[in-house]
Amino acid sequence: MALEDRNRVVVLEDRVENVSGADFPMGVDGQDVAFNLEGFKDTFDIRIVRITPTDIEFDLVGVDASIANALRRILIAEIPTMAIEKVYMINNTGVVQDEVLAHRLGLLPISADPNEFQWKRPDSVPTDQNTIVLKLDVACGVNRAAAPGETDPRKKYVNSSVYSSQLVWDPKGDQEQRFAARPIRPVHDDILITKLRPGQAVTCELHCEKGVGKDHAKFSPVATASYRLLPEIQILEDITGDDAELFRSCFPPGVVEIVEAKGVRKARVANPRKDTVSREVLRHKQFEGKVRLTRVRDHFIFSVESTGIIPPEELVTKALDVLMEKCDIAKAALARAVKSSEEDE
Amino acid sequence: MDTATDAQNYIALLEVPEEKVAVLPGASADLTSVTFCIREEDHTLGNSLRWAIMQNPQVDFCGYSIPHPSEAKMNIRIQTTDQTNAVDAMDKGIDDLKSVCQLMKARLQQRLGQGDYARTS
Repeated sequence: MALEDRNRVVVLEDRVENVSGADFPMGVDGQDVAFNLEGFKDTFDIRIVRITPTDIEFDLVGVDASIANALRRILIAEIPTMAIEKVYMINNTGVVQDEVLAHRLGLLPISADPNEFQWKRPDSVPTDQNTIVLKLDVACGVNRAAAPGETDPRKKYVNSSVYSSQLVWDPKGDQEQRFAARPIRPVHDDILITKLRPGQAVTCELHCEKGVGKDHAKFSPVATASYRLLPEIQILEDITGDDAELFRSCFPPGVVEIVEAKGVRKARVANPRKDTVSREVLRHKQFEGKVRLTRVRDHFIFSVESTGIIPPEELVTKALDVLMEKCDIAKAALARAVKSSEEDE
Repeated sequence: MDTATDAQNYIALLEVPEEKVAVLPGASADLTSVTFCIREEDHTLGNSLRWAIMQNPQVDFCGYSIPHPSEAKMNIRIQTTDQTNAVDAMDKGIDDLKSVCQLMKARLQQRLGQGDYARTS
């Protein structure tokens, strides 16, 4: 196989070929493609495309799928955040049952820096170092100022809808000073928690603890973290005239453009990133043998969407930290295991 | 070790098992073919570590499996030539994986510093 084809996944009409990579020593025709850090330094790259307060899109080029996947898995399941873990229900006369209400409260993203808190072991007592206390105390009543005959519950009653903005942080110990710059609060103020009617009330105390997504999805710091391989459209033979128009219409807008040279209209690939790899083009007889759809196996287009607790660029850094931590733990444990087995002998 | 205070990121630290890594029975006497059992780990470390170990030209075979989904265990098998042994190959794999992560982190910081990307609010 040609060297440049080695890291291409070939997308055919009814199947996908050359799916798994063979980037290990002697993997491809006995060619030595062993990993070395110097070579990796040259071929590897991160290209940041876009950063917004909640999202990051970047290209991870030149790494194996297992590394990209480890990063994705860590982002979803192993970066800690603070979330409501215990709900002490003092009064709840609303129609939403205690356990359902507690579950809804747990899912609220809480804006608190997890680095500032310690893990709470099952046997340890809550302290200002491992627990955040929030309070919710809402009662619904009739709005005296409402116009007679008013039918909209939002105007007719007060507190008919309970929103996340109504959670009140109750600082313990020195928390007020520690978090003076960034007071603890829900990330979003407009999340509907429950609905009430006059005479109904909810009073509860909420304890937030540190946790990770693999324990419960509420701890996950990302809404989504995903990657896809960079699509590539190879035009093997010129596609001209009306065929070029048809060719362009086989792809999402912006993928293929038509250029005119010497009075001949010719299709040209403008931006393969936008392609969805729908394979529509492979259904047309006139393009048979003229086009090849591939994906670049070591070019990952990463998209990470934060819940708003941790900035997206920090999330990626943290994911790498977690993977390194895993390495450290495994290395230390391996040394221990070898030592203990030697002692046995 | 009291891990709850020194570790910021990693939950498995809360309960690092006594025998995080164990050598399964059936290892060859010269340790060139060994199956390690790593507790509280999954595909995240398993697959990336397998990749890192396979990059070593002295490694004949490396594969990992999760024998049962309800047990938090990951087995990783390494067979090497007689130039080295599985324990050293494992150790080297872990080091390589960590270096890759360090490099990736450094490059990410560099790119974030350069700021040649779209930033919208």
